Amino acid sequence: MANSSGSSRNLTAADWGGFDDNMQAGAGAAVIDMENMDDTSGSSFEDMGEIHQRLKEEEEEGEGAPEEGEEDGAFLGMKGVKGQLGRQVADEMWQAGKRQASKAFNLYANIDILRPYFDVEPIQVRNRLLESMIPVKMISFPQKIAGELYGPLMLVFTMVAILLHGMKSSGTIIREGTLMGTAIGTCFGYWLGVSSFIYFVAYLCNAQITMLQTLSLLGYGLFGHCIVLFITYNIHFHSLFYIFWLCIGGLSTLRMVAVLLSRTVGHTQRLILCGTMAALHMLFLLYLHFAYHKVVEGILDTLDGQHIPGPIQRVARDLPLVPNAVLNATAQILLAQSR
Amino acid sequence: MAETEGFGDSGSKQLFAGLSNVSISGDIPVEGEITVPMASTSQEDDLSTLDEPVKDTIMRDLKAVGNKFLHVMYPKKSTTLLRDWDLWGPLVLCVSLALMLQGGNADSKDDGGPQFAEVFVIIWFGAVVITLNSKLLGGTISFFQSLCVLGYCILPLTVAMLVCRLVLLLSHTTASFIVRLVVVTVMFAWSTFASTAFLADSQPPNRRALAVYPIFLFYFVISWMVLTFNTVS
Repeated sequence: MANSSGSSRNLTAADWGGFDDNMQAGAGAAVIDMENMDDTSGSSFEDMGEIHQRLKEEEEEGEGAPEEGEEDGAFLGMKGVKGQLGRQVADEMWQAGKRQASKAFNLYANIDILRPYFDVEPIQVRNRLLESMIPVKMISFPQKIAGELYGPLMLVFTMVAILLHGMKSSGTIIREGTLMGTAIGTCFGYWLGVSSFIYFVAYLCNAQITMLQTLSLLGYGLFGHCIVLFITYNIHFHSLFYIFWLCIGGLSTLRMVAVLLSRTVGHTQRLILCGTMAALHMLFLLYLHFAYHKVVEGILDTLDGQHIPGPIQRVARDLPLVPNAVLNATAQILLAQSR
Repeated sequence: MAETEGFGDSGSKQLFAGLSNVSISGDIPVEGEITVPMASTSQEDDLSTLDEPVKDTIMRDLKAVGNKFLHVMYPKKSTTLLRDWDLWGPLVLCVSLALMLQGGNADSKDDGGPQFAEVFVIIWFGAVVITLNSKLLGGTISFFQSLCVLGYCILPLTVAMLVCRLVLLLSHTTASFIVRLVVVTVMFAWSTFASTAFLADSQPPNRRALAVYPIFLFYFVISWMVLTFNTVS
């Protein structure tokens, strides 16, 4: 009796396994195959009938039962494994999804980790902004760098807004992507990328500076950029820009260079580190000004205006030349081969 | 234990034994609903929305959204916007603003006008950044509450956009630009003021300026987009 009940359990498991298999096949097609579904249901009903009959037979003749049961078990084992595999895959998918969700939640919950870097008073921020324009001529003793991210982050966002304004007013056209994405990418890319690079160089040159301090230093250094860009995007005088570039941009660069100088030992190292920093910082301002300014607008217009007759037409004229050249080449090769 | 239970049983029997032959006169009502009258307030009525008409449901939601619009237009120190937040109003405002900014240059492909996606992303990304910033500064406001307030406070700017389009329909002269400038400036101030009124309380008092700056920047960018919008002439 116990045996028969065991086999019946197996049989029901088989039924479920078979059903699972069919479901998987259906799911793979991404469209529910009605024929397949019908097959499944039909077969399952038949199976049910068979099971019923078999159970009755088993009850009637007790000796034949173990053999059949074993066979069924072996046969059903395979199907059971397949069903379990499907279940396992689904389980793993579920687990992965859960992990992702919990990671996102943890990120939000772990916002407290970042909170110390945003622990500032308005007056402190104002003072640091002003100090970012005042180079301190004290290089014998390491200068203090505030490890704080509120000011830099806000300056980067301000610069994004100013860049957007500059792009719009100069009529810049970006073929692939939006103005917004380009502005954000440029500003954050510069801030994070150059900070990492400077940190790397500082590591090579044995300067005493941490990543956080680099981010803060470079971030506050963008204050001068913001002022210069905001003024020169609205007032278009090249001489004015160059004066501002040298004075304001130069001051903020000098400030950073002085800080780095005070934290590095050795002339070569100082030269490498400060030269890299100053060059990158000043050239970035130059790039931002001229990339989204009226001068470039003219170039963009000539590039975009394909209806204007000019050098663009050369492309159209060049096109038929290419097959000619290819034909000539092939003809020559053929000639050479025939000889 | 059994002893005490037995004692309790017998005790209660003894207690209530006297009540069996107490008669209650007919005029005192002894039957009724076993609900506490204080509990059956509006809360329970709100919850039983299964059998109400769909119209009622929609109208209630619309009323809630409209009520919040009113709150933005008359920014008082009220917690209605904060208490039951929803994102329907912000969605409607954001989509309508983006559509209006898009409409003028849908026909011409290559002018640097604001695209629908761009406006949409600026609004939501900006709101998320402001919210995260306020959380980082130690604000005591939930994520979606802040999103809700910032979204609803775009309402003045959407109105400004509407006015700008109407003005642009009439004329393209310098006078129309001055009118637009005034309207946008006023509405920008209104937006910033309203959102500050709702959100400033959640910030520590010494850091209010730090939390307000990104809000100012956010609405400044949007209002600047509204101002520079120009239909293709």
